Amino acid sequence: MHSLLFKRIIVLGLLTLYFSTASSQESPYGDIGYTPTQAEVETLDISIMPDGEGLPPGQGTARQGEPLYQTKCVMCHGPNLEGRRDYRVGRLAGGVGTMRTDKPVKSFGSYNPVVTTLWDYTRRAMPKFEEGSLSNEEVYALSAYILYKNGIIGQDEVMNAQSLPKVEMPNRNGFIPPALEDILDIEARGCRSGRCR
Amino acid sequence: MSSKQSSRRRFMKTSAALAGLGAGISMPVNAQIPRPPGYPPRRADEYYDYGIRSPYVTSKRIGTNGQRGTDPREGKPRDYGFRTPHHELFGTITPSSLHFIINHGYDNPNINPAEHKLMIHGLVERPVTMSLDDLYRLPAVSRVHFIECSGNSNVTGKRFYPGWLRTQPEATVQDTHGLASCSEWTGVLLTTLLEHVGVKKEATWFIAEGAETGHHSKSIPMWKALDDAMVVYAQNGEPLRPEQGFPLRLLTPGFEGVNNVKWLRRIKFTDQPQLSKRETSNYTSERADGTFRWFEFENGTKSVITRPSGQMKLSGPGYHDITGIAYSGRGAITRVEVSTNGGRNWQDAEIQGTVHSKAFTRFRLPWMWKGEETVLMSRSTDDKGDVQPSVAEINQELGLNLSHEWLDAGNPGTSHFNGIQPWRVKRNGEVENALFTV
Repeated sequence: MHSLLFKRIIVLGLLTLYFSTASSQESPYGDIGYTPTQAEVETLDISIMPDGEGLPPGQGTARQGEPLYQTKCVMCHGPNLEGRRDYRVGRLAGGVGTMRTDKPVKSFGSYNPVVTTLWDYTRRAMPKFEEGSLSNEEVYALSAYILYKNGIIGQDEVMNAQSLPKVEMPNRNGFIPPALEDILDIEARGCRSGRCR
Repeated sequence: MSSKQSSRRRFMKTSAALAGLGAGISMPVNAQIPRPPGYPPRRADEYYDYGIRSPYVTSKRIGTNGQRGTDPREGKPRDYGFRTPHHELFGTITPSSLHFIINHGYDNPNINPAEHKLMIHGLVERPVTMSLDDLYRLPAVSRVHFIECSGNSNVTGKRFYPGWLRTQPEATVQDTHGLASCSEWTGVLLTTLLEHVGVKKEATWFIAEGAETGHHSKSIPMWKALDDAMVVYAQNGEPLRPEQGFPLRLLTPGFEGVNNVKWLRRIKFTDQPQLSKRETSNYTSERADGTFRWFEFENGTKSVITRPSGQMKLSGPGYHDITGIAYSGRGAITRVEVSTNGGRNWQDAEIQGTVHSKAFTRFRLPWMWKGEETVLMSRSTDDKGDVQPSVAEINQELGLNLSHEWLDAGNPGTSHFNGIQPWRVKRNGEVENALFTV
């Protein structure tokens, strides 16, 4: 009697061990697909996170970015970063501090909450029709120029993987809820019928 | 060589003769397919090979007149938001060819499915790169769900043409509600893929990314992956259309359209959102105090009468069936009410067919029109108890004063506008948009 119970415990234990290893070590579907190499992951993973995770080596200043802007960006974004209504391209600069006034002027500088969005989108999607053609150095320099034109950094401040994410955007707390960890709980946020408070 | 030529000539003659019988229908010879000796050559035929609709059926998507994503290149379409013609459709499934399109100004990439790969990585035990054939090996599900742009039916002032047109008397239901469509989607649940890659418990978000030149990128809560998000390769029984993400897209049932990333090439599990362009620069909603709502995710319950609707004309007094669509991003439709007198009285409409969660639901109400001027409107309720609000209720809830005067003065409209849609039937039978006038 005891030995039968003992055997059952052993079998149960082995099964538990098997399934726990299976869940952490193996897929229930086996080896469908292949494991990407580190190089493949690094090439494809172009996500830059708000804390700067993903930013590659390289650097640039506003002074270096200005001539680049004037050749690669000015035709759509305008000589003073004012955008172009006929292309539906909004402002990159201007209006800092106006977002909660009667006459808000929305631009990247006045409105956007974090700086990494600028770096990420410039590299992945700019310039239009030649997306992905900018070097990392160029993206740092252009980002620095756009920040400089908003009065957020100085003309010779070096932007790189360490300094860029430390740049604080003036409207960082203009988004509800401001804390990233509070976004997920839509019940706590008072989202009802598809609209949040 | 000469025998080949002569046989081709014979084929051409045969096909020309048959084409004559078919009243001018083009039937080119398809010489690629071998036929047994003595059999007539097999013809390629636009009706039989894939099928085309009757020349008398002309419903089509319409754009928003160059007001979105203007493209300065010669010969390129100057418009990227294309709307579903609800007033000419029936039932609950939108034909794939009429499903709305928003590409954020980027062209459909021309992807060879044999070369397309989906990489899943980040906070997972086993990062994986999969081909379509790999995905076909995994358990598939087919589900009926709508996709709706968060801008669908939104109201704005003149600074944004579609949002302004949507408030005008001449707007059709295609203008007001054309950025929502519903399909049967087939693919693999993310819960299945989570098992395959062994997602780590620190993962609270995932980022989905497309293969088009702009590489649209969107952060989505992990709870959606654990619920009903899917990667889909088929729509209404056939592979996705190029403009719907061929060969692979993400489907996040009930979430704002922007989350349903097309031409999906990468999913990364993370412990924070990326705050990408279309989570910050766009797809936010201004609050009365000048701050912005972001990451609203779910579309609320909404309904609209599609027949009769804007710019239609009733043939005369007498019996007219009222019909429309209702849906909710939070669940299944449980009730639709219709008013035939501008909201003074409401009657329960009949719900037709099987009701799917987060899917178009067709409703109808029999109506005897006596020829008087009146306003028709519908109001939906979902299984979370959410009821489609009136404009007044939205104004009260959000502290706005949405109206023609308010919008004309340059005040912001709102995203996620799901207010009750009124249609005015005039004495001559003409139907017009009655938003803000009842």
